[in-house]
Amino acid sequence: MAVFMMAPLLALVPISFSDSSFLSYPIHGWSLQWYERVFTPGPWLDSLRNSVLVGIASTLISTVLGTLAALAFARRNLPRATGILGVLISPMIIPPVISGLGMYFLFGKIGLTGTLSGLILAHTVLATPFVLISVAACLQGFDMTLLRAAAMLGASPTKAFMNVALPIISPGIISGALFAFMTSFDEIVVVLFVGGPSQRTLPRQMFDGIRDTIDPSIVAMSSFLLLLAIVGLVSTTWLAVRAQQASKGLSLPSTNK
Amino acid sequence: MDASESLAVAHHRSSRRKRMVSVLLLLPLVSYTAVFFLLPIGMMLYRAVSNPELIDAFPRTVQALNHRSFDRDADLPEETVFKALEQDFIKATSLGVIGDAARRLNYENSGYRSLIMTTARYYRKRTQTILQAGSARERLEAVDNRWTTPVLWRDFQRASPAYTPYYLLAALDLKQTPEGIERVPAHQRVNLDLTLRTLKIASIVSLSCLILGFPLAALMVKASRTIQIVLLLAVMLPFWTSLLARTSAWIVVLQEKGLLNTLLMRLGVIDQPIALIFNSIGVYIVMVHILLPFTVLPLYNVMKGIPSHYMRASESMGGHPIRGFFYVYLPLTLTGIGSGTLLTFIVAAGYYVTPTLVGSAREQMLGYYIAFYTNTTVNWGMASALGIVLIAGVLMVYLLAARLVGIRQIAGLR
Repeated sequence: MAVFMMAPLLALVPISFSDSSFLSYPIHGWSLQWYERVFTPGPWLDSLRNSVLVGIASTLISTVLGTLAALAFARRNLPRATGILGVLISPMIIPPVISGLGMYFLFGKIGLTGTLSGLILAHTVLATPFVLISVAACLQGFDMTLLRAAAMLGASPTKAFMNVALPIISPGIISGALFAFMTSFDEIVVVLFVGGPSQRTLPRQMFDGIRDTIDPSIVAMSSFLLLLAIVGLVSTTWLAVRAQQASKGLSLPSTNK
Repeated sequence: MDASESLAVAHHRSSRRKRMVSVLLLLPLVSYTAVFFLLPIGMMLYRAVSNPELIDAFPRTVQALNHRSFDRDADLPEETVFKALEQDFIKATSLGVIGDAARRLNYENSGYRSLIMTTARYYRKRTQTILQAGSARERLEAVDNRWTTPVLWRDFQRASPAYTPYYLLAALDLKQTPEGIERVPAHQRVNLDLTLRTLKIASIVSLSCLILGFPLAALMVKASRTIQIVLLLAVMLPFWTSLLARTSAWIVVLQEKGLLNTLLMRLGVIDQPIALIFNSIGVYIVMVHILLPFTVLPLYNVMKGIPSHYMRASESMGGHPIRGFFYVYLPLTLTGIGSGTLLTFIVAAGYYVTPTLVGSAREQMLGYYIAFYTNTTVNWGMASALGIVLIAGVLMVYLLAARLVGIRQIAGLR
């Protein structure tokens, strides 16, 4: 199983360093030409820039929206909380083809098709559930009486939040933000519906490349994305471990069950 | 008012204020989701029944037609309707609006597109003055004699209301006829097959993921620390890797001169490359690879929480390990199986990009045709109707999952 999951990914890496334009083994000579092609000014770098731009912007918006909503759920006094949660995470469940089609209609009406802002707004919809879930999961381990304790010691609600709650839920926020970024960075379906030719994102560039003539520059870019995935995986794992330690170390003894 | 009563009032007030704060925290995301997610979906539902083309292009004709009905085959509209039609053609602001109407009429019966476009070109060069003399009906008949056939006017009237069940019926291979709702001719019945194929592929993929994922998840819980880490990495790394990077990786491995074929030929297992991609094998392999983490992670989370002494207890009481597995272990993992498999099914049913890139025409699912009708043939009504079929299927499974395991469990929350 481990071989089935990992081998295809690892098989990419040697080919990306090949000096021929065939995607096959054995590899006869080595070169960096495909990386050069991908990382010198041109369509690849443009699409990478678009993806990073859209990714960062939609991550910022979805992190704010998702964190606020997670805090609301953690207060446990909302009417119909489960139903609302079900609706708010449904962008994760509804196929992107459906969201893309609907947004294509809406954005066509208000002039957002073929704009970067349209893409950012669309990706924010898809990314926010991940932030909401990640922060909410972190808040499950958060002892709400800590905020009351802070208030009793004279802290204002804002101060109590900034100094007590934020340090504890920050791993949840950061890993939610990372998830959000990856969601936008890897999103292809909605881009196909609402993005125009000048909003070519990296997945769009790769999609067209795979559909036409797949050449090793796609493999080089894929290997680079594999590296990014390793970075993402390592950092979220580290954050998860930290979140566990933080919530263990910081709850009041009397409420430990 | 005594003290306890005022305390109750104060408490009530403060809890109401606290609830207001929660609502305010939630409001930004709720409004955002309403505008940029629920509204688009609503627009899609509306598009599936909205039918503005003929009203936009031929407002006068549609209005004139409203006053009468065509029951008998020999019926033709009176001169006022033909006059209105001439007016509409002459006053048409652009050929685009007429083109949309021509395409819409063509759905009723292929061939109407050319009729409309020829007539439009004829009247484009004419002015109001020609309408003064003679019969509008004769002029139209001279342009194309189909204008004086009753069947055309029946179709025209059926295509003219502001709302139509046409697309929704077509998504189910049905159509409206004067005799009622009927199945479309056999060679046109493609959409039910499409839905069944989507269900089939999603079922096979999610069951394969369960069969492969269950032992994998169990091993991840039981095995030694090193193997645990290797397996977790093997599941999580593909999960984090770009979908398109994974797809290109599989093309490298599975293509005709790819890694697997080369390897098998070197080993002498096969003498000729076998077709592993751009067919159903490729679609299943790649989809299972992409979706396996969706099955494994919920299973892993549930299995992690099963104390290992449960199985030992069952054995110590004389239960055979197999019996223990079926009566103790398996029931405890049911929520994981439920949420993992249903989630995988939902995601698989909506797939579009992967089958497009690694499948042949025979593996294309609903998602592909939704995109095809939207971007290639610009038939938004049909795209939306197929969208409704997909969304209905997905929502049914989502609600089933919510019933069986709960929304919070689907979301991975306790």
